[in-house]
Amino acid sequence: MSESLFSKKNMKLIKDPLNDDNPITVQVLGICSALAITVKVETAFVMAISVVFVMIGASVIVSLMRKIIPSRIRIIVQLVIVASLVILVDQVLKAFVYDVSKQLSVFVGLIITNCIIMGRLEAFALANKPGASFLDALGNAFGYGLILIVVAFFRELFGSGTVTLPAIGKIEILTSLANNTGYEHNGLMILPPMALITVGIYIWIQRSKNRKLIEENH
Amino acid sequence: MDVNSNKYTIGFSFVMVVIVALLLAFASEGLKPMQNQNIEREKMQNILQSVGLEVSRDEAQDTYNKYITEEIVLNEKGEQIEGDAFKVDVLKEYKSGGQKNFPIYIYENEGSKKYIIPLVGKGLWGPIWGYIALEEDKNTVAGASFDHKGETPGLGAEINQGWFQEPFIGKKVFDESGNYQSIKVIKGGAPEGDKHGVDAISGGTITGNGVTEMLVRTLKTYEPYLKS
Repeated sequence: MSESLFSKKNMKLIKDPLNDDNPITVQVLGICSALAITVKVETAFVMAISVVFVMIGASVIVSLMRKIIPSRIRIIVQLVIVASLVILVDQVLKAFVYDVSKQLSVFVGLIITNCIIMGRLEAFALANKPGASFLDALGNAFGYGLILIVVAFFRELFGSGTVTLPAIGKIEILTSLANNTGYEHNGLMILPPMALITVGIYIWIQRSKNRKLIEENH
Repeated sequence: MDVNSNKYTIGFSFVMVVIVALLLAFASEGLKPMQNQNIEREKMQNILQSVGLEVSRDEAQDTYNKYITEEIVLNEKGEQIEGDAFKVDVLKEYKSGGQKNFPIYIYENEGSKKYIIPLVGKGLWGPIWGYIALEEDKNTVAGASFDHKGETPGLGAEINQGWFQEPFIGKKVFDESGNYQSIKVIKGGAPEGDKHGVDAISGGTITGNGVTEMLVRTLKTYEPYLKS
């Protein structure tokens, strides 16, 4: 291998999707699941881990097989690889974290249709070495997970007054404060539209900090 | 080798499908016992919850075996029949055209009995279900727990919250002269002292009506048993 796995070029594969090229806020991919499972931090966290696993697995497998996949059926092959990994994740969740798998319900299955995964397989893994594909998958999955957790944090905090962390459990934050200040939980935060608005606010803040993301007016 | 030839493409897809199928079949079979155990324990947790016992999933099995001393199945007429009450899937029966087996789980602690009856019905968006526990007199409600598949969060979904379930405690299924009344969820709030009504959830009318319908229909079948 001519260049090291952690060369500047490769590190860019990880860093870019976290901010400059974030799959959700910049490429606007994978929005659907971001709306559905960000009611609690815990579900968002498990979803993020599942996507990281599927994404890395699929990217590395597709990249390893890139020279033997017949180009005419490559989309089907990618889909089969992603779908198998998703089914595995779903089965494992049902066996080990049953409660979380119940909350995620159909959305684990819908990881298959997550545009980020197919997008990165088509655009990157099919044309690059496994090492680079691994990093690209890691970066994009983290970029996705980051937004999920940030959005879930604010939705759960204002919607239910709690923050549910995996392994630690529910932490009541606003409920104790609320009794003194008269703050009522905003039930609207729990409904899907507020996820969209929260993502919107995130994009707004991100663009005001990171000016190169702003398109010029033509 | 030409990876784009027809022969190769067909061969490739064939091998891929076989490998994937084997892999998934092994994973599914391997994890099945654990998944089933989770489902069973969840059912035990729900049954115990209706008599006010909150147990963790790991303790569910032991606690269930300790307190649930008898499991009975009734038919549509309320007559006792042979069968494994725990294995009856009321939700499945309800979905496929009507409940046929009506289980009762009998809880016993220090000589006093409670009768736990599973319920299943329709909410606004999908199925709702729950358990209602009656005291030894087979009339007074000892506790109730409800859950749902996808009711509106903050409105109908509140049926799985304690503040909705607690008012059921102490209500009566039969009135003083022994006539069947069931328990109803009353929009606008149940009048003070109402022995057969609980407050509905504002904005959750259809879910509330679903709970009422479920209680009225299901408990009716148990009437002969409860009066015996």
